[in-house]
Amino acid sequence: MNKIRFTLNHQSIELETNPSRRLLDVLRNDYQLTGPKEGCGEGECGGCGVLLDGHIVNSCCLPVGSVHGREVITIEAFSKTEQFNVLTEAFSYEGAVQCGICTPGMIIASQSLLAKNPQPNEMEIRIGLSGNLCRCTGYNMIVKAVQRAAKRGEGLW
Amino acid sequence: MKDISTSIPKVDGLEKASGAAKYVSDIHFEGMLYAKTVRSPISHGKITKIHYPKLPSGYTIIDAKDIPGKNYVHMIFEDWKIFAEETVEYIGEPIALIVGEDKTVIEEIAMAIDMEFEELPAVFDDQLSVIDYHYVKGDPHQAFKTATQVIEKSYDTGYQEQAYIEPQGFVGYLENDTKVTVIGSIQCPYYVKNALKVALDCDDHDVRVIQAAVGGAFGGKEEFPSLIACQLAIAIKKVKKPVKLVYEREEDMLVTTKRHPSKTTMKAAINQAGEITAIQAHIGIDGGAYIGLSGVVLSRALINISGAYAIPALDVSGDVYKTHTVPNGAFRGFGAPQAIFAMEMFMHHVAKTLNKDPYSYRMNYLAKQGDLTSTSGTFRDPILMTEMIDKVKQASEYDRKVECYTKETSFKGIGMSYFLHGCGFTGSGESDHIKAKVKLRKDAQDQVHILIAAVDMGQGAKTTMMKLVSHTLKIPLNQVTFAAPDTDFVTDSGPTVASRTMMIVGGLLNEAALELKATWQAKQEQVVIKDYQQPDYIEWDQETFTGDAYPAYSWGVNIVEVSVHPITYQVNIEGIWSVYDVGKAIDERIVLGQADGGIAQGVAYGYLEVMQHQSGHLKQKNMTDYIIPTAVDMAPSENYLIDNPYALGPYGAKGVGELSLVGGAPAVAMAIEMAINREVRSIPMTPEKIMELMNDE
Repeated sequence: MNKIRFTLNHQSIELETNPSRRLLDVLRNDYQLTGPKEGCGEGECGGCGVLLDGHIVNSCCLPVGSVHGREVITIEAFSKTEQFNVLTEAFSYEGAVQCGICTPGMIIASQSLLAKNPQPNEMEIRIGLSGNLCRCTGYNMIVKAVQRAAKRGEGLW
Repeated sequence: MKDISTSIPKVDGLEKASGAAKYVSDIHFEGMLYAKTVRSPISHGKITKIHYPKLPSGYTIIDAKDIPGKNYVHMIFEDWKIFAEETVEYIGEPIALIVGEDKTVIEEIAMAIDMEFEELPAVFDDQLSVIDYHYVKGDPHQAFKTATQVIEKSYDTGYQEQAYIEPQGFVGYLENDTKVTVIGSIQCPYYVKNALKVALDCDDHDVRVIQAAVGGAFGGKEEFPSLIACQLAIAIKKVKKPVKLVYEREEDMLVTTKRHPSKTTMKAAINQAGEITAIQAHIGIDGGAYIGLSGVVLSRALINISGAYAIPALDVSGDVYKTHTVPNGAFRGFGAPQAIFAMEMFMHHVAKTLNKDPYSYRMNYLAKQGDLTSTSGTFRDPILMTEMIDKVKQASEYDRKVECYTKETSFKGIGMSYFLHGCGFTGSGESDHIKAKVKLRKDAQDQVHILIAAVDMGQGAKTTMMKLVSHTLKIPLNQVTFAAPDTDFVTDSGPTVASRTMMIVGGLLNEAALELKATWQAKQEQVVIKDYQQPDYIEWDQETFTGDAYPAYSWGVNIVEVSVHPITYQVNIEGIWSVYDVGKAIDERIVLGQADGGIAQGVAYGYLEVMQHQSGHLKQKNMTDYIIPTAVDMAPSENYLIDNPYALGPYGAKGVGELSLVGGAPAVAMAIEMAINREVRSIPMTPEKIMELMNDE
C-alpha cells in the first residue's frame, strides 16, 4: 500500500491506511484531533470543517487518500493564529457562540471566506457560512461577528 | 457596579471556539467498547422469534432479559420500555444492544440476527385516546346559547425535529464492580439518575451521572436520554468495561422524540356587537407509541389556548392519541407552539370573518393586569404588550407595509403574533414533583462553587449563573466556579427545562448567595442549601385545571415579513422583528441570543421544516431531507428587550428559553396569508401547500 503523505497542522505526516477512510475519522481517531465534529456525516452541517490548502472542506466526506500532497489545518492549529484571536473576540463580542458544536466549523468557514474575500458584504458572509448549520442562533450574531472580525482584523487577510 | 443586564463574555466561549470542549463523542476511555441498537423493523407486532448468531469472543448482546430492575424508563407512566419484550410498538423500537470493540463486527452481528414477528394492526390516526383533559372558564355554555354567530375553524401542525447539531449519546464505565457512571449529552442529570436507579434496581450511590458538553438540546435531550442511559448502564454492568453509544444522525432522527403533530378545532361564540364571548377548543396531539411526557405537553397546550388574550369564557379539551410511531416528546415550547399557532390564526380569522381589522380586533382582547388567565388564575403583574407592540410596529414599518401589501395579490406579506409563556412547571409541579434544591459551597480559599444540576446546553446558564452569584456576593467572576453537573456533587435543582432555570433555580441560588454574603467568614469552608418554596399566592387544582397555572408569564411580539415567489411559491423571509418581556435580562446578549435562535426555529416551524411518516416510516431521516434554516434562509432580525422585573425572580428575571420560539410560526403564517391572500390554517406552509391553496379558487 502506498503511503499517504500530507501536512497536518504544520507537521509532515506519512500514513499507511485505507485511503478510503474518512479524513474526519483519521483526524479524530488516529490523531485525537476532536475539534472537528460529526454532526451529520454527510456534508450538510459543516461541523467537521477543516482547511484543505486554505479552503474549507467537510472532512466527513473526504477520503483521506485525497489529501495526499496537500495541507490540512484543523481548528487545533488554527486556534494558535492571530486570525483566530480576532475571530473569537468577534464571536464572543457578538454572542455568536451558544452550544459550541458548530463553532469550530463556523470559525474555519469564516477563515476560508475571509482568506478569499477580506471585506465581504452581508450576503457574501451568509453565502460563505451557508454550508455550516447552527441550530442555536438565527445566524445574525454569527454574521455580525464575521463583519466585526473583517473590520478589526483588516490587513490580516 | 454595573447593571446585571450588561453583557459579559461567555465563560465557555473560547473552549468551544477552539474545539477544546469535550462532547460525548470526544471522550475516550482505555479499552472502551462500542454499542449499537437492534431495532424493530415493523410498526406493531408480537415478537415470535429472536435468534442471535454465535458471537465472536468479546462481543455481547444485551436485551430485556438482562435488566436487573424494571423494564421501563422511569418518567411519569411506567409504559416506555427500555427494550421491547413481547411486542414492538413502532418502527425503530429498541430490542437489544450489541456491544464490542469493532464497529464493523458489530454491524455483521446485527445483520445476522434473525427476528420474526406476527404483525398486528397499526394505528396512525386519532382513534386511541390515552389521555384526555377538559376544563372550563366562566360560562361558555350560556355564551354559545345566546351567540348570534358561531365561527369555527380547524388548524393543524406537523412534526418538528429538534435537530440539535450534536446527536444523542453517552459513554460510561463501571467502578468497583458495582457503581455505574454515565457521561451524557443531557438536559436533566437527575432524570437520568432516577431512571437508572429503577432500571438497575440499585441504591443512590451506585449510579452517577455527569453532563458532557451539550451540543444543543431544545427539549430533545430532556426525557429521551434516560432511555439510552438505561440501555448503556445495563450493558456496562454486564460487560464490565467502558462502553460508548453515540447515535449517527440518521438513527437520531428516526428514533428520538419530536414535537407532537396536532389538530385543533376552534369555535367562537360571537354576540350582537361582534364580540367574542366564548371559545370552545379541542387539541389533539399525536403521542406516538408511548405516553412519555405527552400528557404534560397536552396540559401546557390546553392552558395556552387563549394565548396572550383574556377570553371571558372557555371550554377546552384535548386528547393524547397513541399511534404506532416513534414517541413524541419535549421540544422548546412544549405544546404551546401548537396552541399559540391555532389561537393566533383563529383570532385573525375571526376578525376577518367579521370584516374587522385583525390588528385592532385582536388588540381588544389582549390580557391586562388583573384579568383572569385561561384557567381562572390572575395575571398579577404588569403587562406591557401595548408598549411592546408599538416598538416593533415602528421598527418594522408595519402599518405602511400592511397597507402596501394588502392591495392586490402582492406576493408580499407581513404578520404579527402576540404571545406569552408561563415560566416554570405547570401548576404545582415545582412544589409537588421537582422540589428544587440548590447548594453553594465556599471553600477555605474563599472560592465559591455553584453545585446545581442545571445544564448549559448553549443557552448560557453557566455564564449567567456565575454572573448572578458573583454579582450578589460582589466578588469577581473568577472567584466563582460552576462545573458541569455531576450527581455525586450537585443537589437536585431539577431539570433544565420549562424556562425555569433562571427564574426558579437562579432565584434559589440568589437566595443562597445572599445568605452566604450575610454569614461570610473569610478563609472558612461554608455551605448554604436552599429549597424551593411555592409562592404563597399560588393556588392550583390539577383535577379541574383551575387557578394559577404558572407563577409568572413572559411576553412577546413577533413580526415577520415575507415574499412568496409568484411561480414556485417559495417563501423568502425578508425581515424579522421581535420584542420580549423576560422580566429582567441577567445578560442582555445571552437573552438576545435566545431571541435570535428561538425565532429562527419558530419561523422555520411555520414554513420550512417538514417531517412526515408513511405508515410509521419517517420520510425525513437526515439533514439533507429535513431542512433547517441556513444563514441564507434567515433574514436579519431586530430583537428588543423590555424591562418588567418580576418580584420573585432573581433581579426580576422570568423565563426566556421557550418564549422566543412560540410566536414565530403564527407570524410567518399570517405573513404568507397576506402575501397569497388565502386563509392559512396549516403549518409548515410549504410551496406545495401554497400551490394547493392557490389552485383551490
